[in-house]
Amino acid sequence: MTAMLLVPASLWFVLLLIAPLVILVVYSVGRQPPFGGFEPAFTFAQFAKLPTRATAFRNTLLIAAGSTAICLLVAFPLAYHLATRVDRFKNVLIVLIMVPFWTSFLIRTYAWLTILGNNGIPAIFRRLGLAEDLVLLNTPFSVMLGIVYNYLPLMVFPVYVSLERLDKRLLEASKDLGAPPGRTLRQITLPLAAPGILTGCMLVFILLSGEYVIPAMLGGNKVFLVGSALVDLFIQARDWPLGSAVAVSLIVGMLVLITVYMRLTSRWLRGASRDDVSLI
Amino acid sequence: MSEKKNPLEGTGAGELEAHGQLNRRRFLQMAGYSAGGVVLGGSLLAACAPKKETTSTSSGPTGSSIDLGDRLVLVSWPNYHDPANLQAFTDKTGVKVDLKVFGSNEEMLAKLQVGSTGWDVFVPTNYAVPTYVQQQLIEPLDLSRIPNFDASQFETRFLDASKVPGDDSAYGIPKDWGTTGYTIWSDVITSNPTSWKEFWDDTMGDWSGKVTIHDYMLTTIGNALKYYGHSFNSVDPGELAQAEKLLIAAWPHLFGITSDYQPPMRAKDAWAAMAWTGDANQMHRDEPLIEYVLGSEGGEIWEDNWAIVADSERKDAAYAFLDFMIDPAIAAKETLFHGYPQVDKRASALLPEDILNNPILYPAAELLTPLEFGAAETLTNPDRSELWARVKAA
Repeated sequence: MTAMLLVPASLWFVLLLIAPLVILVVYSVGRQPPFGGFEPAFTFAQFAKLPTRATAFRNTLLIAAGSTAICLLVAFPLAYHLATRVDRFKNVLIVLIMVPFWTSFLIRTYAWLTILGNNGIPAIFRRLGLAEDLVLLNTPFSVMLGIVYNYLPLMVFPVYVSLERLDKRLLEASKDLGAPPGRTLRQITLPLAAPGILTGCMLVFILLSGEYVIPAMLGGNKVFLVGSALVDLFIQARDWPLGSAVAVSLIVGMLVLITVYMRLTSRWLRGASRDDVSLI
Repeated sequence: MSEKKNPLEGTGAGELEAHGQLNRRRFLQMAGYSAGGVVLGGSLLAACAPKKETTSTSSGPTGSSIDLGDRLVLVSWPNYHDPANLQAFTDKTGVKVDLKVFGSNEEMLAKLQVGSTGWDVFVPTNYAVPTYVQQQLIEPLDLSRIPNFDASQFETRFLDASKVPGDDSAYGIPKDWGTTGYTIWSDVITSNPTSWKEFWDDTMGDWSGKVTIHDYMLTTIGNALKYYGHSFNSVDPGELAQAEKLLIAAWPHLFGITSDYQPPMRAKDAWAAMAWTGDANQMHRDEPLIEYVLGSEGGEIWEDNWAIVADSERKDAAYAFLDFMIDPAIAAKETLFHGYPQVDKRASALLPEDILNNPILYPAAELLTPLEFGAAETLTNPDRSELWARVKAA
């Protein structure tokens, strides 16, 4: 009977995850017929063409890693403040972080288009005589802003949850024993918040590696990312085999990166939990 | 989608297009963004189309003795058909038109390749037709079943574009057409540019940082080839290498690479934008200072065609629908609704002067002559898509 309860989840898993992955792999060893699409074959020719998309992979990696770091820098103080300093309005503030998510992602991004565009902030600067030719849209700044704005909650919440559970007495004890704030942060707060930080980083990084909309809409498509390489190949050139090879490589690359990441960080996590026990 | 028109309001004559229309690539973009690239099968306009229960009649005013059934599936582009026309067809024949809206030929093709779509009539663009023919997804039309069609009323170039080289069958009937040029803000760009040469030179000069080009390799590479006077469809390695060099040189001077150029153009983030007829017309109507330039060297002309899906199970209704829509009075109403230039001379005769004299819709003959129809092979040419990837990576 319990096995029956697993049927929907298993079906979901097989139909929507395993099957598409198998199709992707089959396509990636295929051939592109003259009018585009897919033709069965067994060749690694598509994978041999991957170096032509190396820049896209490199840019994606850099943007994903850089943006994750910025998200963490912005999110940690925010989460820390929420978890340790706010009492009365805590729930209100948490809801405020989520409120933008009640509106469609696309509409929010279009809103930024207006705010950053020529009739938005640059117009205010012109009016005030501060800058005549300020361009904010389609710059690295606008892309970063769009990414941080959209991904911040994904970082704030895991970090907040781990800080929330942090035993305040440990911080007091650290202070009583004469540790300066920086040392308390390094030796107590950060190690105990590690699970949340690592989860947040992983969430943001993985989702960012497939990001396509923000660089396209707020960045004017000026930076070549794997997402836009895939769109060009599937939708325009109808080169499904090469597109599949790029997609398969992205998935495999992410799996490798995440495995390495988990290996490297698991020691930190174990260390943190051991300290946890011994301190209490 | 965000824009829903009240079909009951109809369109006043002279008012060319509904405000804030989506062009099809922008529609594709939005559909892609919101549905994660999943083919948008939902019939958006079906929700808007008046749902009037009509009993099926075989003895309708057509006098036809064939039972046309009660339903027809039309697959088309956003904001492309006057709902009043579709309703008129239903009133006349009892056949309800179920409209499904798509954003790109590529999406339509992918759906049809899978099969069992239940589609009857659709509107492929010229360069997609040979692919459908080659995959046997459309069949030659039996023109005797479309009495309203009169080939003598169509320009040969439009009829030819719906055919496949070496095959005289009519796979589609031209519906309307358009061009690809560029729009400029004529108050900041006062040099009166007339060519693609000026477009690219000024992009790297006076207009630096204020220009957008299509995120679409067919038109962007094609219009870069025009700088050197090569064919829009060229796949010659030497000519493509020249275009690649030009694109890489111009790249750092661009404001953006986007097919959704109306927002930056309207906000004056961009002074010049590679643009299609429909967008140019909409922007010029709202901002008269925005003007449309067709490169004197040539560039792209395109047309959409009425076609019937090969495995349609409602071919009688499909032929009746085509014949109805090709009726000049109906075709003219379509133009009033969507604002793209008319193909059929009989329908053109019914259009108001201000449309026929609008140079964005009907450019001068000497500008039209050098334009080329995009070819199916150009779209899927691997050299071009690799060139595009190199340019983007540069």
